[in-house]
Amino acid sequence: MIRSCDISKVFNAGKPNEYKALRGISVDIALQEVTILKGPSGSGKTTLLGILGCMARPTTGRIFFDEREITSLPERFLTDIRLKTFGFIFQQFNLIKGITALDNVMVPAFPTGEKHASLKKRAFETLELFNMGHKADAKTEWLSGGEAQRVAIARALINRPSIIIADEPTAHLDTRLSHEFMEIMATLKSEGKTIILASHDPIVYDSDLGDRIIEMRDGHVIEDGNLA
Amino acid sequence: MAGSIERQRHILDFTLASLLRRKGKNGALLSVYTLIIFILSSVLFFTHALHREAETVLQGTPEIIVQRTLTGRYQTIPLSYADTVRGIRGVGSVEPRLWGYHYDGNTLANYTIVVPGENAPPHGSIDIGSGIARVRSANEKDIMGFTGFDGKPHAFSIRSVISAESQLVSTDLILMSEHDYRAFSGIPANHATDLVLKIRNPKEYTTISEKIVRLLPDTRPIVRNEILRTYNAVFSWRSGLVLAIFSAAALAFAIFAWDKASGLSAEERREIGILKAVGWETSDILFMKFWEGAAVSLTAFLLGVVLAYVHVFFTASCLFAPVLKGWSTLYPAFKLVPVISFGQLATTFLLTVAPYVVITILPSWRAATIDPDAVMR
Amino acid sequence: MRLSTAYLGVTGLLLILLTGLVLHAFQERKNAGPLLSQMAGMVNRLNLTDLCLFTEASYTRHLAMTDLNTPFQDSPFSFEHFPTGALVLPPPHLGRNRGRVD
Repeated sequence: MIRSCDISKVFNAGKPNEYKALRGISVDIALQEVTILKGPSGSGKTTLLGILGCMARPTTGRIFFDEREITSLPERFLTDIRLKTFGFIFQQFNLIKGITALDNVMVPAFPTGEKHASLKKRAFETLELFNMGHKADAKTEWLSGGEAQRVAIARALINRPSIIIADEPTAHLDTRLSHEFMEIMATLKSEGKTIILASHDPIVYDSDLGDRIIEMRDGHVIEDGNLA
Repeated sequence: MAGSIERQRHILDFTLASLLRRKGKNGALLSVYTLIIFILSSVLFFTHALHREAETVLQGTPEIIVQRTLTGRYQTIPLSYADTVRGIRGVGSVEPRLWGYHYDGNTLANYTIVVPGENAPPHGSIDIGSGIARVRSANEKDIMGFTGFDGKPHAFSIRSVISAESQLVSTDLILMSEHDYRAFSGIPANHATDLVLKIRNPKEYTTISEKIVRLLPDTRPIVRNEILRTYNAVFSWRSGLVLAIFSAAALAFAIFAWDKASGLSAEERREIGILKAVGWETSDILFMKFWEGAAVSLTAFLLGVVLAYVHVFFTASCLFAPVLKGWSTLYPAFKLVPVISFGQLATTFLLTVAPYVVITILPSWRAATIDPDAVMR
Repeated sequence: MRLSTAYLGVTGLLLILLTGLVLHAFQERKNAGPLLSQMAGMVNRLNLTDLCLFTEASYTRHLAMTDLNTPFQDSPFSFEHFPTGALVLPPPHLGRNRGRVD
């Protein structure tokens, strides 16, 4: 269970362009479920995802991960948790240009010092899961949108995280690929992974996959419901 | 331990892949860098080897030489001065030294004629240095003619050619008997070129020199350690050409440094953000930057130094040859005895590799510590 | 092949080369002993004071024996002996005083 208590995030505090992205959010994310953050852009979904995923610290408030407070941990521990527990799929995919798909998948595991041969094998197998094995040596620039999406997912899985976080995953995909994405998420859920998605795409929040929808607007949670 | 080596190797893999992405630019960087280190190291190797050679070979140079000066230039010295100097306490012996130059209009070469103290060639014959033999295509038993001070030709038969091995001291020498040289050069009978002194106690060099100057104010004594120190000053960094080379190298480095220090491009910043977002720590990013600097500069250093050594000691500094020959038509082959000192290597390393690595890492410090969520936007 | 393997391989090779050259230098210096002694002996016998490096002019040929004026030459058409003149500095002892007034 990821518990957040009264999270606020303020950017450029004290300056003329001060911006309150989150205002007093308190949500609990259950593990091994699919939680969907729904809301228009500017509602604070991306910011909340970043904080839940240990990528940023809240301005005020606390986060508990399995009853262990993580907000005040030093950067090293935070990075360690992020590396081992979370897998991120970004809105822009954020693959590294100029290297191959396989290399991209391996990159998050480099700091772990895992042996090269076994890492390469594992990365290849992960790509195969998404039918991308034949494109392993393709440079990032040559991948289509759907292919890049799948590489991004594979990359998110390389460190065997238990929680997947995806920010607007279908923003750059057509309907067919969007449905494909949701199917992949279903598979991952069936493997016991926790999934947190942020989207304002109906294909995502109207799908059967979601166990819980948290609706946000202007930095507040306006509806927090379980879909039983 | 094994894990951290593997971690470094992974980071190194990634860094090398990054560098290879811009093959042209980084290839040019590596080439220029190597070239600079090559030139610097060549100069250092050459200079150092020459200093050592001079130090070793000139060990037996005269303890004190007494020259006479007139109108600010050195002139021949009256033999009566030798008697005065002999009287100074501590002086073991005083011998006149006869030597001078001869310019050969046919070959545009300058020769140095020396009258040896012992085993001088008999009247009418000379020993010549290997350089002269080469320039005049002369061998033993050939006859060579020179125009003397009297405008008349003087002919000599070549008794022997000094072996080319010792060319660094002998390539332009002509050894001649005293009688022949006086007739050839016109040095007055009661004069010599300068005086050679042997001193009983080396600690007395300075005292004796001062006494000589007091007794004979128009003389200039030159002491052995001063002769040796002269050769430390040759090719020193203050000499015009060496300074020019070092300045050019420094300028090139400044250009690299400016390029690196002007900060990261937006692309690089984005990439660092992505790496942090997928789980790289600040230290991983910094190691990546370290390897980026080290990969280029370490390779350039090793390659440059190895090539410099080969250049100076295997090819006798062939690339410097035009500079070293200058206007001379008679010159030794600069086959120097190799010297490589760790101090020199360490200095070159610290001056070339360390700054480059530092300026590759520093501008990234800020970017390396950004919060990865900036990438989410 | 992994890039790091290639890189470490090349670097290792260069290091070995460099070590080889260091050993080469040591060996050559030992081998040159007799020749250097021979030259030192010649210097001693002939009372030589300088290495024969540049024979263009008296101040480049006999670096230790020259005076401050010679580089200014006798002939108004004489040029400075570049680049040799840019390589050699006046000998340090010319700047010394030896108890004189100026």
